[in-house]
Amino acid sequence: MEKTPRNQRRKKLFQALLFGLIFGFLLQKGGVAKYHILEGQLLLTDFTVMKVMLSAILVATIGLYFLHKFAKIKLHVRPTKVGANIIGGLIFGVGFAFAGYCPGTGAAGLGQGDIPALIFMVGLVAGSYLFAEFSELSKKTIEKWGDKGKLTFHNLLKVNTGSSVVIASAILFATIIILKMINL
Amino acid sequence: MKLKHLLFTTISFSSLVTLARSSEVVVQSGGSWSPYLVGSLIGVLVCLTFYFSEEPVGASSFYATVAGFIGNAIAPKHTVQLEYFKEKPPKLNWEFIFVIAAIFGSTLAALHGGEFSIRGMPEMWTSKYGSDSWVQYSALSFTGGLLMAFGARLAGGCTSGHGISGAAQLSVSSWTSLICFFIGGVLAVQLIY
Repeated sequence: MEKTPRNQRRKKLFQALLFGLIFGFLLQKGGVAKYHILEGQLLLTDFTVMKVMLSAILVATIGLYFLHKFAKIKLHVRPTKVGANIIGGLIFGVGFAFAGYCPGTGAAGLGQGDIPALIFMVGLVAGSYLFAEFSELSKKTIEKWGDKGKLTFHNLLKVNTGSSVVIASAILFATIIILKMINL
Repeated sequence: MKLKHLLFTTISFSSLVTLARSSEVVVQSGGSWSPYLVGSLIGVLVCLTFYFSEEPVGASSFYATVAGFIGNAIAPKHTVQLEYFKEKPPKLNWEFIFVIAAIFGSTLAALHGGEFSIRGMPEMWTSKYGSDSWVQYSALSFTGGLLMAFGARLAGGCTSGHGISGAAQLSVSSWTSLICFFIGGVLAVQLIY
């Protein structure tokens, strides 16, 4: 197939379809599209969400490291803006407790037949627009607090990437083992 | 992506899954798979999206795109001058298709595991608040979505974008956001349960 920009774009969008299908499939199979599982994590009675996330992060950390090193893949690090990360993160967390879904698992929830996921998604769209209304002010204020640019832990600790990947993987793996051992 | 890559991905994924399914560790109650297996496969998926599509896995921007499309349809002059939409004009992009496909992927999974059914309020909620509480539940769902989208845009991502893709790149913004997601959630859930 000829490598025109249009064909490249079509190829990429077809991948989005395939990868999206897999993602939604996995989320549902993992049980993380279920209200009681998500709320259970926040109540610290059910650690399914944490197990899924830690496993995903562990595998992806190692995989992305090697892909970047040998296949020179492009990385997509989001800029560190300490104020915005913290305040946005906390607000997101409160919403998480209220809804019992997140943007990804909400989509999976809708897929498995949950009608409330629709209401949640309407809220997500509204909230996005609300932020857009606020975005100019946010850019001039909150988003300037602790703006460090695209910062990684290896930059911060002044170690090489390989070392930080080893340390991070060890911590993630240890956490998974500890969770298993204390029977959570 | 060549056909051989597509075949490779499909065969690898299916074999991994079949292999894991054959071990009893995998299947838990009600058709759910081991969280470690699911998580690991999601981790693999992230590597695939970075490699083939040059995109991170993410979900929250999808809703901002939808908001932008609706805004452009209803109040175009106002929408187009908002700072967020100036920087990120809504487009039918990779993440848009990814999230929509995720809905259907979940349907497939649910059908496969016998878990597809049209559900209303979750039992966890109704057993505490009663089955007449749909107004409160809907308000909470909507408000939850509102706060999450606002928070995600401010923080720069959600549990998929920051929590998985960003965290895997050892990004300080992502780990900060992820930890705050949990702190906010753990504290706020006390208001409900």
